Amino acid sequence: MALSKDMRAAVAATRFGLGARPGELAEAAGDPQGWLAAQIVGRGADLGLPTSELSAKRITDLRVFRQDRRQMRQEEAGPAEGEVSPDRDPVRLAGRMIRETGAEDFLQRARLAATTPAAFRERWALFWCNHFTVSGVKLVTATTVGPFEREAIRPRVFGRFEELLIASTAHPAMLLYLDQAQSIGPNTPAVASLKRRPQARRLGGLNENLAREVLELHTVGVGGGYTQADVTEFAYCLTGWSVGGPREGERSGRFVFRQAAHEPGPRTVMGRRYADDGVNQAAAVMKDLAAHPRTARFVCAKLARHFVADNPPAALVADLERAWLASGGHLAEVARALIDSPHAWAPEAAKLKTPYEFVISGYRAIGGQPAAIEHLAVLRGLGQQPFAPPSPKGWPDEAAHWAAPDALVKRMNWAEAFSAAVAPERDPEAIARQALGARLTEPVARAVARAESRPEALSLLLMSPEFQRR
Amino acid sequence: MSRLHIDRRALLASGLASGLALGFLGAGVRAAEPTAGRKLVVVICRGGMDGLSVAPPIGDPEYEGLRRTIAIPGDAALKLDTTFGLHPALAGMHALALKGEARIVPALASPDRARSHFEAQDVLETGAPGVYSTDSGWLNRAVQAMNGGRKVEALSVGATAPLILRGPAQAGSWSPGGAWDGSPRLPGLLMDLYAADPLLGPAFARGLETEAMAATATAGIRVPGGGDRQGGGVQGLVRQGQSAARGIGRVVAGFMTQPAGPQVVALSADGFDTHANQGAAQGQLANRLLYLDALAEGLREGLAGEWSNTIVVFATEFGRTARVNGTNGTDHGTASAGLLLGGALKKGGIVGDWPTLKAASLYEGRDLRPTVDSRALFKGLLADHLGVDRRTLDTSVFPDSAGVAPVTGLA
Repeated sequence: MALSKDMRAAVAATRFGLGARPGELAEAAGDPQGWLAAQIVGRGADLGLPTSELSAKRITDLRVFRQDRRQMRQEEAGPAEGEVSPDRDPVRLAGRMIRETGAEDFLQRARLAATTPAAFRERWALFWCNHFTVSGVKLVTATTVGPFEREAIRPRVFGRFEELLIASTAHPAMLLYLDQAQSIGPNTPAVASLKRRPQARRLGGLNENLAREVLELHTVGVGGGYTQADVTEFAYCLTGWSVGGPREGERSGRFVFRQAAHEPGPRTVMGRRYADDGVNQAAAVMKDLAAHPRTARFVCAKLARHFVADNPPAALVADLERAWLASGGHLAEVARALIDSPHAWAPEAAKLKTPYEFVISGYRAIGGQPAAIEHLAVLRGLGQQPFAPPSPKGWPDEAAHWAAPDALVKRMNWAEAFSAAVAPERDPEAIARQALGARLTEPVARAVARAESRPEALSLLLMSPEFQRR
Repeated sequence: MSRLHIDRRALLASGLASGLALGFLGAGVRAAEPTAGRKLVVVICRGGMDGLSVAPPIGDPEYEGLRRTIAIPGDAALKLDTTFGLHPALAGMHALALKGEARIVPALASPDRARSHFEAQDVLETGAPGVYSTDSGWLNRAVQAMNGGRKVEALSVGATAPLILRGPAQAGSWSPGGAWDGSPRLPGLLMDLYAADPLLGPAFARGLETEAMAATATAGIRVPGGGDRQGGGVQGLVRQGQSAARGIGRVVAGFMTQPAGPQVVALSADGFDTHANQGAAQGQLANRLLYLDALAEGLREGLAGEWSNTIVVFATEFGRTARVNGTNGTDHGTASAGLLLGGALKKGGIVGDWPTLKAASLYEGRDLRPTVDSRALFKGLLADHLGVDRRTLDTSVFPDSAGVAPVTGLA
């Protein structure tokens, strides 16, 4: 392991961070590992919120809005489609509200990423936001992805995995996204009352979506040894975990436990028996899932894949797993194991940047930040629409997914437009040295130096194989 | 040129609005081969499409009792035979069925049984018997086989690369909105920088090559974008989604009908994970099906005379529970319906057996039981329609699948 400190600083800022801002490599060069370790502070990342007040307000606002819409339709005795004036068209108004709040939240996150001096901490937080994905593709979650990340994830990313798991599962945004909020035990007073009301629009019963994804995506993983029966049993445990409705006053938009919807009786999940302890039954299952060795293996492999290589070295996964098991899933310890592992520091950059990472690192390279959401519109064209991963699995991490030929042409288009706007008053050779440091190769340095204009030089840097990877 | 540019951006926006993404692979096939000119379109419906709503078995005595609030009413379904109908949103496909140009595969499933979207999609797209056994897609390997030792002409469309198209044959790619109008020097300089880069070099070169073909494929096609609402309310959004899907179908056809255009295309449609409030004759799922019907319509219009050389197949990673769940939706199940369309399709009834919805027939007491392996269906299409030989299908296209016989009589 004879890497120079300069090379270690370049790896630290690009692979573990989000790309070097001017001066960052010099800062890290004294002690690259220490520079990263110093970013692990307290239990959480930046932008964390201590309560779920913001999401409660957003959920309530959306529901009130939908009620108004229904009422308006009744009052107007159903105007023919297309005849509602645009400023009263409820779908249009809802769309505007959703776009504006989502855009504001996303811009705030992107500006933090572009400017933070603790970019390892931010990358670490982004990993967990993606691990516990809530996507804004559904109307009910369209305004709550940002609040979910800030309330459930960010305050806990250096705490224990168990806390992160329970907080994300219990968050109203997750309960709505994965259809838990309406799941009702079949042998409960809640179902009986629905059956007595023939006009009720639904039957009432189990929905196993969240239970399955907690097992498959958040904890033990698809090969983790659970069966369909385990999914169903865990889904019974989760019945009653719900979100307060608009007529529930203070509870509106917040986590509530509905005893009347909770399936009574003991349950067995992955060979363990859980007494009926109301809201604690599902929490007890999650505590055991968090402590399960298959969870350590599944999540540590995913961490190694995210930070180091699509096919990460087994020795690195083993280093992380050891730290996880020894600390009982203490994520600050796992983060320290990652930066301490010699297997994470190979000088070859194996990861292709995702669209978000590419664009953010472009802003960091010039010491700038996006001024408006329109500046991030390229993400949609590159297949990474803000706050809208296509499924609960979150954004993929593999180069094969992102390196579609057309996407590379679009990256070039963006690099060229970006450079035309920012390069004229900047020195591209200095940016190249400050952004890549010891990772700057001779062919790229030469191409940048020989370019016929500053925008061309910066475009070449941004599109270079070294800058596209980390 | 600038008009085209705007249209392509609009196409991108509206394509995403309708949940459609597409990719295609093209193969230069020797003109002398009997299968030259034959075209295959594979549409992957992501999220677990509910086959029991797509092709409702209205004649099965158990259907209504299992489905209750989400059953497609017998008088709303578009009748195919005494047992099956099509969902009322699939009117265009139903018209094709009456002409013998559409058939259903009512109980289709991949070999995967984990009920995980992600594992099941992997298995569906890799064509492997289990998950994680290969990282290339069966369609990519099929194109390689079709081209033998010749250079493979391959292309994909979409913002990201779908697994079904990944593999040793470098697929090109295009997606709307990529029109490049910058410095003519930059691409050449980047090609130099990528000369020794095994990932970026070939992919970037392919991306550039596609531009000329894209200009022709999109010419004259007007696709509504985000600012082109067709009336207010949800219905306006749905109509916009339908127009977008139809436009995408026509653009894909525009690629396929060019002299060096692709012969094999893959598209994705998402939004089929209907755990809650999936609707019946109308609603959430119905809207998605309207988009599929419009996509098929656009393809047929755009392909025109070439429709007679084409088969389109729609498949999903798994079906959904036979019973409605507690939230007027359905949870992850096993078998679903596949759809086959095209002028090159051989006339016939349903493909595969109907296992029925009797309690004793349900898989694990909850799901429709599969009667056709998705590999058998795809193998049948590749063999009969595109002339891929059985040995290649059994070994390289669908590894270790000698025991899975191709479905016959499809083309």
